[in-house]
Amino acid sequence: MPSVLVLSGWAFIPLALTFYFAFLSYNLQDPENTGWAGLSNFYYFFKDPFFVKDLINTIVLVVGVIVTTVVGGVFLALLLDQKFWGRGIVRLLVIAPFFIMPTVSSLVWKNLIMHPVFGLTAEIQRFFGEHQPFDWFGRAPLFSVGLIVAWQWLPYAALILLTALQSLDEEQKDAAQMDGANAVNYFWHIVLPHLARPITVVILIETIFILNVFAEIKVTSVGGFAGNLTYLVFSQLNDANDVGMAAAGGLVAVVLANIVSALLVRFVGKNLEA
Amino acid sequence: MGSITLEHVNKSFGTHQVIPDVNLTIEDGDFVVFVGPSGCGKSTLLRLIAGLEDTSSGRILLDGQDMTDAGPAKRGLAMVFQSYALYPHMNVYNNIAFPLKMAKLDKATIDAKVKDAARILNLTEYLERKPRQLSGGQRQRVAIGRAIVREPIAFLFDEPLSNLDAALRVNMRLEISELHQQLKTTMVYVTHDQVEAMTMADKIVVLNAGRVEQFGTPMELYRTPANRFVAGFIGSPRMNFVDGAEATKYGVHAIGVRPEHITLSTTEGAWAGEVGVAEHLGSDTFLHVTCGPLGTLTVRAEGEKPLSHGDKVWLTPQPGRIYRFDKDGRTLAAA
Ligand SMILES: Nc1ncnc2c1ncn2[C@@H]1O[C@H](COP(=O)(O)OP(=O)(O)O)[C@@H](O)[C@H]1O
Ligand SMILES: [Mg+2]
Repeated sequence: MPSVLVLSGWAFIPLALTFYFAFLSYNLQDPENTGWAGLSNFYYFFKDPFFVKDLINTIVLVVGVIVTTVVGGVFLALLLDQKFWGRGIVRLLVIAPFFIMPTVSSLVWKNLIMHPVFGLTAEIQRFFGEHQPFDWFGRAPLFSVGLIVAWQWLPYAALILLTALQSLDEEQKDAAQMDGANAVNYFWHIVLPHLARPITVVILIETIFILNVFAEIKVTSVGGFAGNLTYLVFSQLNDANDVGMAAAGGLVAVVLANIVSALLVRFVGKNLEA
Repeated sequence: MGSITLEHVNKSFGTHQVIPDVNLTIEDGDFVVFVGPSGCGKSTLLRLIAGLEDTSSGRILLDGQDMTDAGPAKRGLAMVFQSYALYPHMNVYNNIAFPLKMAKLDKATIDAKVKDAARILNLTEYLERKPRQLSGGQRQRVAIGRAIVREPIAFLFDEPLSNLDAALRVNMRLEISELHQQLKTTMVYVTHDQVEAMTMADKIVVLNAGRVEQFGTPMELYRTPANRFVAGFIGSPRMNFVDGAEATKYGVHAIGVRPEHITLSTTEGAWAGEVGVAEHLGSDTFLHVTCGPLGTLTVRAEGEKPLSHGDKVWLTPQPGRIYRFDKDGRTLAAA
C-alpha cells in the first residue's frame, strides 16, 4: 500500500501542479500580475502565431517518422531474419543508434554529416561536381530533423518486429507453400497480419516519444522553422518566462498525444487484423 | 490418379544422413501409413514427397511424372500438419478458402467449395470463428477442410492426431478412415503409433533410421514380420523375445512369441514363472510373468482370470507361432 501511494504521488503531483499552473497568471517577468487566469493561458497559447505551425510540424514529424520506421523496420527485420554469416554482430550493430543520446547523435548529424560546408553529404556532392552543396537545415529543416529522429527509432522498430518474426510458426510457412502462396502472398497474408500487434506497440511507443522530440530541434537550431509543440512550450518558458502559458501548452500536448496515438492504433488495427 | 513412386531417394542435412536409400511405390487410392519410432525420418520422408524439402539424390514420381524438382504447389498434393498450421488471424472460412484464393478461382466457385467442405466436416456453424475459438478436434477438421477443397491427387498427414486426447483420437481416426472411403484418394499418413497404423492402413511402411524395414498389409506385417525390428514394433503388447540357451534349442540366435500366442496354465507347461504386475483391462488381462533366466514375458489371458502378484504359473508357446531370428535379426522360417 505505501508503495502504491508513493508511486501514484510520483506520477500525480507533477501533473496536478501543471494543471494548477495552467490556470494561473504566472509570468516571471511580470511578478505583480498573479491570481487566477481562467482559460486565458489556453486562449493565448492557441492564439500564439507559432501554435498552428508547430502543431502541424508535430503531427508531420510523428506520422512521418512512424511511417518511415515501421516500413523500414519491417524490411530490416525481414533481412535480419535471414540466415547469413555474422548475423549476431550485425544485429548488435543495428541496435546501436538507439543507445546514443539524442543530443550526441544530433550533433554528429549536424556537424559531421549534414553540415553544408564540412559535412559528409557536402563532401559527396562536391565530389560529383556540385559547388553549392545542399543546406539541409536551412532548406529542409523539418525533413532533416525527421531524418535524425527516424535514424534513432528505426533500430527499435526493427528489433521489436524481428522478435515477432522469430515467433512465427515455421509450419505456417510450409502450409502456405503447399497452398500455393508465393513469397509476396506469404508476406501479405501471413507475415504482415502476424506483425499487426507488434506494429501497434511500436506506433504507441514512438508516438509518445516523438511528440516530445526536443534535443534534435534545439541542437540543430531549427526551432523557429521546424519547432514542435514541445519546443513551443520550451520557448514560452525560456524566452517569455511564462510558466502559466507553458503549463497550458504542456496539457494541450498531453491531450494531443492521446488523440494521435488512439487514432493511429485504431487505423492499424482495422487494416491489419481483419 | 495419385500414385507416388520413390526411386533411390536419399536425404542428408549437412553431413547427417537421415534417409539412406528409399525405394517405394504407393498405388493410387491406397491408404499408406509410415510408422516408426520418433526421429526415424518419417516427417522428412513425407516432406520430401510434399516438396518442402529437396532430395539429396533420387527421384520422386507422381502419377509417373518426375516431380523431383517441382515446388510444393506444383505437385497437387495437400498436407495436414501436426500443429494444424491454421492461419490464426483468418476465420475458418478464409482458412479453407486460402488455397483456392491462391489458385485465383472466382468468388462464387470458392464459396461453393468452402461451404461444401464445411458441410462434409460439420464446420458450417463455425465458419466465422477464428482458430483460437475452436477445440482441438475442430481445428483438425479445418486443417482437413483446407486440404480437401484443393482436390489434391494425394493427401499427406503428419501425425495429425498426436495433439488430441485419447477419446477424440479414436473418433478422428474413424473420421479420417471414413473420409478415405468417400474420396478414394491416395493418403499417406505418418504416425509413431502402431495402433493407428494397424487400424487405418491398407499398407504399412515400417521405418527404422530412415530405412524401409518392411512394406505390406497390416496382417502381413503381423503374421510374417521380415525381421526382429518389425516383429517388435507391430502388435500390442509387443512380442516377447528370448535369446540364450532357450533360443539355441530352436537352433537360432533369438526367438519371439506374441503375448496372445502363449498358453497359460496354473499346473504345467514349458516355462515356469511367477506373476508380477497384472493389468486387468476387463476384456483382457495382461500378465507380466518373471520366468527365471528367460526374463519377464508378457502374456495375454482372458479378461477375468483371477490371477495376481506372486502366483505361480506355467507358460507354453503355441506351436507354429514361434518366430525365429538369426543374429542379424532377420526372420527365419517359423518353428
Ligand atoms: N531441418 C533439419 N535440419 C537438420 N536435421 C533435421 C532437420 N529435420 C529433421 N532433422 C533430423 O532428421 C531426423 C529425422 O527427423 P524426422 O523426420 O522429423 O523424424 P520423425 O518425424 O520420424 O520423428 C532427426 O534426427 C532430426 O534431428
Ligand atoms: Mg515427425
